[in-house]
Amino acid sequence: MSKILIIAEHDGQSLNPSTAKCVNCAQAIGGDIDIAVFGSGINAIAAEAAALDSVNAVIAVDAEHLAAPLAVNWAPEAVALSADYSHVLGPSTTIGRDLMPRIAALAGVNQVSDIMEVNGPDSFKRPIYAGNAIIDVDPPAGATVVATVRVASWKAVGSTGGASIDQRAASGGAASHTRYIGLESGGGERPDLQSAAKVVSGGRGVGSEEGFEVIYQLADKMGAAVGASRAAVDAGYCANDMQVGQTGKIISPDLYIAFGISGAIQHVTGIKDAGTIVAVNKDSEAPIFEIADIGLVGDLFSVISDLEQMLG
Amino acid sequence: MTEREVMEYDVIIVGAGPAGLSCAIRLKQLKPELMVAVIEKSAEIGAHILSGAVIEPGPLDELLPGWRENPPPTCIPVDRDEIWLLSQQGRRRLPTPPQQKNHGNFIVSLGAMCAWMAPQAEALEVDIFPGYAASEIRFTGNGEVGGVIIGDMGVDLEGNAKDTFMQGIEIHAPITILSEGCRGHLSKQLIKKFELDKDSDPQTYGIGMKELWQVKPGKSKPGLVQHTTRWPLDSKTYGGSFIYHLEKDRIAIGFVTGLDYEDPEFVPFEAFQQMKHHPMVRDLLEGGEILSSGARAIVEGGYQSLPKTEMPGALLVGDSAGTLNVPKIKGTHQAMRCGMLAAEHIAETSSWQGFDAKLRDSAVVKELHKVRNIRPAFYKGFWRGFLRAAIETVTAGKLPTTLKVHADHSALKKLDEYTAPDRHWVKRDLPPRDRLAAVYFAATEHDEDQPVHLRILEPDVCTTRCVVEYDNPCTRFCPAHVYEMVAADGIEENGANRLQINAANCVHCKTCDIKDPYQIIQWVTPEGGSGPNYQTM
Amino acid sequence: MKILIGIKRVVDYNVRIRVLPDGSGVDTDGVKMSVNPFDEIALEEALRIKEAGNADEVIVVSVGGDECQQQLRTGLAMGADRAIQIQTSESLQPLSLARAFLKIIEREDPGLVILGKQAIDDDNSQTGQMLAALWDRPQATFASGLVINGNAATVTREVDAGLETIEVDLPAVVTVDLRLNEPRFVKLPDIMKAKRKPLEVVPLSELGVTAEANIAVGKHVPPPQRGKGILVEDAAQLVEQLKNRGLL
Repeated sequence: MSKILIIAEHDGQSLNPSTAKCVNCAQAIGGDIDIAVFGSGINAIAAEAAALDSVNAVIAVDAEHLAAPLAVNWAPEAVALSADYSHVLGPSTTIGRDLMPRIAALAGVNQVSDIMEVNGPDSFKRPIYAGNAIIDVDPPAGATVVATVRVASWKAVGSTGGASIDQRAASGGAASHTRYIGLESGGGERPDLQSAAKVVSGGRGVGSEEGFEVIYQLADKMGAAVGASRAAVDAGYCANDMQVGQTGKIISPDLYIAFGISGAIQHVTGIKDAGTIVAVNKDSEAPIFEIADIGLVGDLFSVISDLEQMLG
Repeated sequence: MTEREVMEYDVIIVGAGPAGLSCAIRLKQLKPELMVAVIEKSAEIGAHILSGAVIEPGPLDELLPGWRENPPPTCIPVDRDEIWLLSQQGRRRLPTPPQQKNHGNFIVSLGAMCAWMAPQAEALEVDIFPGYAASEIRFTGNGEVGGVIIGDMGVDLEGNAKDTFMQGIEIHAPITILSEGCRGHLSKQLIKKFELDKDSDPQTYGIGMKELWQVKPGKSKPGLVQHTTRWPLDSKTYGGSFIYHLEKDRIAIGFVTGLDYEDPEFVPFEAFQQMKHHPMVRDLLEGGEILSSGARAIVEGGYQSLPKTEMPGALLVGDSAGTLNVPKIKGTHQAMRCGMLAAEHIAETSSWQGFDAKLRDSAVVKELHKVRNIRPAFYKGFWRGFLRAAIETVTAGKLPTTLKVHADHSALKKLDEYTAPDRHWVKRDLPPRDRLAAVYFAATEHDEDQPVHLRILEPDVCTTRCVVEYDNPCTRFCPAHVYEMVAADGIEENGANRLQINAANCVHCKTCDIKDPYQIIQWVTPEGGSGPNYQTM
Repeated sequence: MKILIGIKRVVDYNVRIRVLPDGSGVDTDGVKMSVNPFDEIALEEALRIKEAGNADEVIVVSVGGDECQQQLRTGLAMGADRAIQIQTSESLQPLSLARAFLKIIEREDPGLVILGKQAIDDDNSQTGQMLAALWDRPQATFASGLVINGNAATVTREVDAGLETIEVDLPAVVTVDLRLNEPRFVKLPDIMKAKRKPLEVVPLSELGVTAEANIAVGKHVPPPQRGKGILVEDAAQLVEQLKNRGLL
C-alpha cells in the first residue's frame, strides 16, 4: 500500500492550485495521501491543504527560515519525513522543479519528472523531447519514488475534505550559504504568456495593430494572456515576444482561443498541449479547424464584440 | 568598420557538395602539403543537399577505392528500372532508354553521402567549416578572384549589429573553387563579371521537389527505381517524377518540372502533390508519414549552356558550371568527376589557367555533348520531344545539329496571352496539406531578426507591373511559400496589396532567382547556418 | 577561480523528432547532434565572467562516448580553456551524472559550476540540483541574471511568479535559463585554435562511479493527435460550451 507525501506549494499567503493537482495524481497512484507544508506563519495554508479531498493528514513545519521556498532549506525537511513514505511528490512548477531533485539526490534516488499519467504505483508516463515522445518509466522497486507532477495534465481536486493538521518542528536550521533577497512580480496586469491558464491569440485576420486592441480588451476581461501568430508579428500588428509557435513560445494553457489564425503546423506546434483549443476564423477551410476542440466560422470582430457583451 | 581578420589557404572551396568534397579529397591525395578548406553555409554537411538520387559509382571507385566495404548509410544497389507514362487514372509502361538503365548503380541519399565523405576529407586534413556563408568574393588589387569574404553574423533586420555581432573573416587563396551547386549566388556574379557565358546559350533550369516517406511495411521494394512522365503535367510542360525504393520501409519520391513553363498560374508544388495522388503512387504512400521534404533548382542546360569555367583566380565546378546530365537525371557522378578534374589540374599546374580546355576535353563534357539535344527537343512539346529524344539516343548524339537552349524567365507568358489546358487534376488528401506544411518538414530555420536575404531590386514592379502582367507568379513558383501578396492595410477587400516576404521559410532552392520574369529577385546568403536541415535527403 | 561547465550532446533542436515504429526509442539515425542549447548559454556566461576578470579558467565537461568530443571542441572554439570527457558508453541518469561531476569537482576545485537548466532530449531538469545536494552547496536554478560579487553571487531566477533574487556563497551550482544571455558565434580562426587546446579523456570507471538506481525506460509513443472537434454557430453557443467545460 502506497504512502504518498506531497510537498505543498504556496506563496506565503495561500495554497497554490498545483498542490490540488498533485493530490489528483496521488489519487491515481492510490494509497494514503499526506501533504507537507513548509513555511512561516502557515496556519491558513495548512488549513487549505487539509480541506483538499482525500488527504489523510497535513504536516505543517512552521519556522522562520522556511518562509522563502529555498530548496536548500525545504529539501532536508522533506527528506526527514520521507522515510515513512513510498512516494514524495511535488508540482512541476519552478518551485517544485527546483526542490524535488535536491530531495531525490539526498534520498539517493533518481527522479521521475513531469508525470503525465499513472500506469501503476511504480510506473508512469512522462514527456520527453518537448512532448514529441511520451515514455513509460518504471522507478526501481523498493526505493522511494520522488517525482514532479505535470500540472497541465491533472485537474485540481475539490475542497470537501477534512484532514488532521500535525505541527512539527523543523529538523534543520537555515543554510547560511543561500539567502533569499526578494521577488519581483511579473510586470503588468496581464498574466505571463508562457504560464497563463487562459490565452487569447490573434493572427493575420486581425488585420492591423489597431485591430489587436479588441484582442487585448477581451483578454483583460477574461484574465487571459495575449499571444499572436507569426504572421501577425511579421505584419507588424504586435510585438514578437507574443509569438506562439515553433519559433516563438510553446505553451500549454487550459484554454487557447485563436482569432483569425489559419493554424499552420508551425503555429499548432506551439499549442499542441493546450487543454481546449477554440478557433474563430472566417475561412471554413482553415487548417486550424482540423485540430480545434471548438470551432466557429465567422468574423472575428463581431464574435469578439458578442463575447464582450456576454461576459459583461 | 574594423578590418577583417584573414585566414590563408592554398585552395578555398565554396560548397561541401559532391563536387566540392571530391575536389578537396583529390587535392589532398595528390598534394598533401596543400592547405585546403571547404566553406559550407549549412549548419551541418548535407543539411542543404537533396537529390533523388541514383548515382553512378565510377567516380567513387576512382576517388575512394575502398568505399564499397564501408559505404555511406542509405546505399542500395539498383535492382530494376521502370518508366511509366501516366494519365490521371491510368498508366503505361515504357521501354527503359539506355541512359536510364541503372544496373550497377546505387540509390543513395546525397545529403548522407556528403556527410559520409566529409570526415574522409577531414582525415586527409582538409579543413571543413559548416555554418559559415561565403557571402562575397574577395578581389585582389588587379581584379582577380582572391578568395571569399564570410558573411557577418549577428546582424538585425535593419542591418545593425546585434550584441552577438561577429564580423566575417576573409579567406585568401590563390585559387577559389566555386562548387555552390545550381545557380550559386557567387557563381552568378562571377559569370556576369567575367562574361563567362558570352559564348554559350543561357543556362536553363528545373525545380526539383522531394519528400522522404516512411511507408507501410511491404510497400517499398528496395532497389526499385521508378520514373513517371506526362500526367499531371500537360504536353507543353517538361517534367516527371522519381520514386526510389529504399530499405527500412522508406521511399524517396520527387518531382521535377522545367522552369521554362509558360503558364503564369502554374504551381510546381501542386503538380508534385497531384502526382502522389495517381493510383499507382497513392498505393505506395497511403498510411505512411513524411519524414523530410525539400526543394532545389536543377541545372538543365547541359552542353550548350556550359559557360567558361575558368577565370582569374577561380574555377566553376559541378552544377555551378552546369554538369548535370538531364536525360540520365544524374548530376552527382558528373559533379564528382569535375571536382576531381579541377583538383588534378591544380595539383599539376598550381594554376586556374587551362582548366576549361581540360574540362571540355574530358569525359564530363563528352557525356553532356552526347545528350545535348534531348532536353531542348522538349521545347516543342512532349511528343515531338519524345521523338527527338529517341532519335538522339539511337544516334548517340552524333547528329551534327545542336538545338539552342532558351532562358527560363522569358518563357513565362503573360496572363492575357495564355490559357491553361485542363490538366485533369484531382482533389487531394495526402499530406502535406500545403506548402507551409511541407516547409515544416524541411526543418528550415532562419533567425527572423536578420536582413531579408531575398532582395527585390525594384520593389515597385511587384505591385504595379507584375501583378497586372503575370499575377505575381513568385507566390506560386516558390515551393516554400516565401512570397505572398497581402492586403496592404489589413483589409483584403480594398485590394491594395504589398509583397510579404516570409524569408524564414526559404529552403534555398534558388527558383525565385531563376524564374522571376523581371529578374529582380536576387538571392543572397542569409546568416551562416540558416536554412533547411534536411535529413537523409 | 575555475568555472566548470557541463555540456551535453543532444539531438539538434531543429530536428523533427520521430518515435521509432517499434516504440523502442526516438529515431536518432543520422540526425544532427549539437550542444544542448542551455549548455551553450551556460558556457557563454562563464566566458563573460572570465572576460570580466572574475575567473581564470573555464573548463567544459561532457559525459559520453567519443562522439561528444565534437561538442567539447565546439565549447573550446567558443573560448573554453580546456575540456574533459568522462568516457562511458552507458547512458547515465542525473543521479549518476551528478556523482561523476562531483568527482571532477573534487579534482578541479571550481568556484562555480554552471549547467543548463535541462537537456532538450530528456527534459529532466535535475542534474544541477542533484549536484548541489551531493556537494552540499547552494543551487541557483533557472538563472536569468548572474552577478559575481567577490565570494558570492547574486542570481536572478525566472520563476512562475516573476523574478526571484537570491544570493549564494561560492562555490555554488547555477543552472541557466534561456534569457540569461545570447551565446556568441564561433569565429573561424578559433575553430582552428580549439584543435590545439587540451581535451582530457577520463574513463568513468576511473572515477569510481557506476550507473545505479536507474529508472527503467520502457515504451516510447508519439503524443496523442488532436482531432477535429465540434463547430458552434455563434458566440452564445461558444460561451455555453466553455462554461460547460468549466473554462469560463
